Amino acid sequence: MSKMEIRLAGSGGQGVILATIILAEAAIIAGKNTAQSQSYGPEARGGMCKAEVIVSDEQIGFTKVTHPTFLLALTQASLNKYGVEAGEDCVILADSTLTVPEAIKAKKVYSLPILDTAKTEVGKAFTANIVAVAAINGILKLVSKEDLEAAVLRQIPKGTEEINRKALHAGQKLAENI
Amino acid sequence: MKNKVLMQGNEACVEGAIKAGMRFFAGYPITPSTEIAERSAVRLPQVGGKFIQMEDEIASMAAIIGASAVGTKTMTATSGPGFSLKQENIGYACITEIPCVIVDVQRSGPSTGLPTSPSQGDVMQARWGTHGDHSIIAISPSSVSECYNLIIRAFNLAEKYRTPVIFLMDEIVGHLREGIEIDDEQEVEIIERKMKVRPDVLHLPYHVNEGEDVPRFHLTGYDIRYNITGLVHAEDGFPSNSNEVAHNLVTRLMKKIENNVDDIVEFEQKYCDDAETVIVCYGGTARSVMSAVEELRAKGEKVGYFRPITVWPFPEKQLKALSSKVKNIVVAEHNYGQILLEVQRIVKDCKIGFVGKVDGTVITPAEIIKAVEEVK
Repeated sequence: MSKMEIRLAGSGGQGVILATIILAEAAIIAGKNTAQSQSYGPEARGGMCKAEVIVSDEQIGFTKVTHPTFLLALTQASLNKYGVEAGEDCVILADSTLTVPEAIKAKKVYSLPILDTAKTEVGKAFTANIVAVAAINGILKLVSKEDLEAAVLRQIPKGTEEINRKALHAGQKLAENI
Repeated sequence: MKNKVLMQGNEACVEGAIKAGMRFFAGYPITPSTEIAERSAVRLPQVGGKFIQMEDEIASMAAIIGASAVGTKTMTATSGPGFSLKQENIGYACITEIPCVIVDVQRSGPSTGLPTSPSQGDVMQARWGTHGDHSIIAISPSSVSECYNLIIRAFNLAEKYRTPVIFLMDEIVGHLREGIEIDDEQEVEIIERKMKVRPDVLHLPYHVNEGEDVPRFHLTGYDIRYNITGLVHAEDGFPSNSNEVAHNLVTRLMKKIENNVDDIVEFEQKYCDDAETVIVCYGGTARSVMSAVEELRAKGEKVGYFRPITVWPFPEKQLKALSSKVKNIVVAEHNYGQILLEVQRIVKDCKIGFVGKVDGTVITPAEIIKAVEEVK
C-alpha cells in the first residue's frame, strides 16, 4: 500500500476527529504507520471541522495532509471547500444529501447516505462517524474488518458497543453496495 | 510487555514523566498543552502522586519548586503566555538549583497570539527568558516517541545538574497522534539527584565537593534547617554581598552546564556525509524537513539535515565541524529567525538560507525544497 492521505471534514460535533483517531488506531493494530492531527480552534465548536490521518507502510515524515488521496465530506460547506481543493487523484465520499459542485476534479465521487443510515437504520444520529469509518474502510481497504472493529471498541465509551457494532455493519454494507 | 499504542505527543510526555519518577504536577491549563494537565490529573493519583490545578502559571511554577525542594520530581506544563509568567520563578529555580521540568508547548505569539496554531517563537525565551546570567537546558522533541523518551532525559538532566529543564515542544508534536512502542519491563536509566553524605557539610546547602560541579542535595526541612533564597548566597545558603561570592556563584551556574556540554548535548544528523546543503531544524519542523530531504535525495540531490535535540545548549561544536564540509546551510523554523541567529554566529564559511513562518500554518516540505533551491 502506498501512502494514504485521508481528510475528514464536517461540522463540529459530527465526530470527524474521533473517526480519524479510530482510523489511526486501526492502522496501528494492523501494524502500519500513522499520523493523526486535526484543526484546533473555534471552528471545532460548531463550524467547519477538519481532521486528518495518514496511513503508510513507510515511516511518516511530514505529519499533515498536503495532497489528500481521500476526502470525506459530511456538510455542504466542507464539500465545497475541500472537495474543490482536492486533486485529480483524490477519491471523495460525500453524504448523499449534498450537492456535488461542478468544479470538483477528483478521480471519483461516491455519494452514500451516511447521515440517514445512522439516523434511521442504526437509530442514532451520533453514530454517523462510525458508519463513515466503516464505509471509508470498505472503499479504501485500509485494514481488515476485525482490526477496524477492535479500533472502534478501543475508542468508544463503555456500554455503547452494541450500537457501534450495528453502525459498523451498516457502514460496511453501504460500501459493499457501491 | 511490549505494546504499540496510538498516543498524542502531550499524553506521551506525561507517560514518560511518570516513568522518570514525576510524582507532582502543578499547572494552569492552556492550549495547546492542556492534555498534559488532563492526563497528569488522571495518572498521578494512580501512581501515588499529586496533581494540583493552581490559580495561575506563576503559582504553578512556585509549587513545583517547593515540591522539588522536599525531594519530589516535579513538572509543570504551559504555552507561550504562561511561559512568560513562569520566567521569574524559573530564575529562582536556577539560582537556588532546584531541579524541575517546565514543558512549553509553543503556540503563535506574542501575547495570546494564535492560541491553536503552531510556532517555535519561544526558543530564545527558553534560553534567556528569565533575567540575569544563568545556564539552562532545553530539549525539543520531533515525534510522539521522543516526547516519551526525551522527557525522561529532561528529568535526568534536571536531577544531575540541579537545574530547571525546559521541554520545548510545539503544537505540531503536542497534538500529533502516532504509534509509540512502550515496553513496561524495559530498563530505563533514571538519575536521582546526589544527596549529601558528609556530616560536616550537611548544614552547608551550597557546599560543592572537590571535583564536582553541583552541590549535593539535602531535603528541605529534614534533620537540619537551612536557608533557600533567590539572592546571591554563600555556601551556607544565606544572602551575601561579597563580590567574590557573587562571581563564584554565577560562574559556577554557567559552568556546570558549559563544562558538561558533551554529556548534555544531543543531536541527530542524516545524509550529511556527502551533503552539499544541510538543513538545520528541530522539533515539529523536523518532520517537514525529513519529508523534503527524502524527496530531494530521491532526485539525486545531495541534501541532509542536522537536528539539535538539545536546543540549549546548542550543539555548536558539531555544527561547526559539519559546516566545514558543506556549501550551504538552510535554517527551517516556525519563527522569524531565532536559531538562525545561533547558526549565523557559529557558521562562517557557508551560504546561509532561511525558511521561517509566523502565520500560524505549518512549513510544508515544498516550502523547504524551495528554500534549498534558492540557497544554491
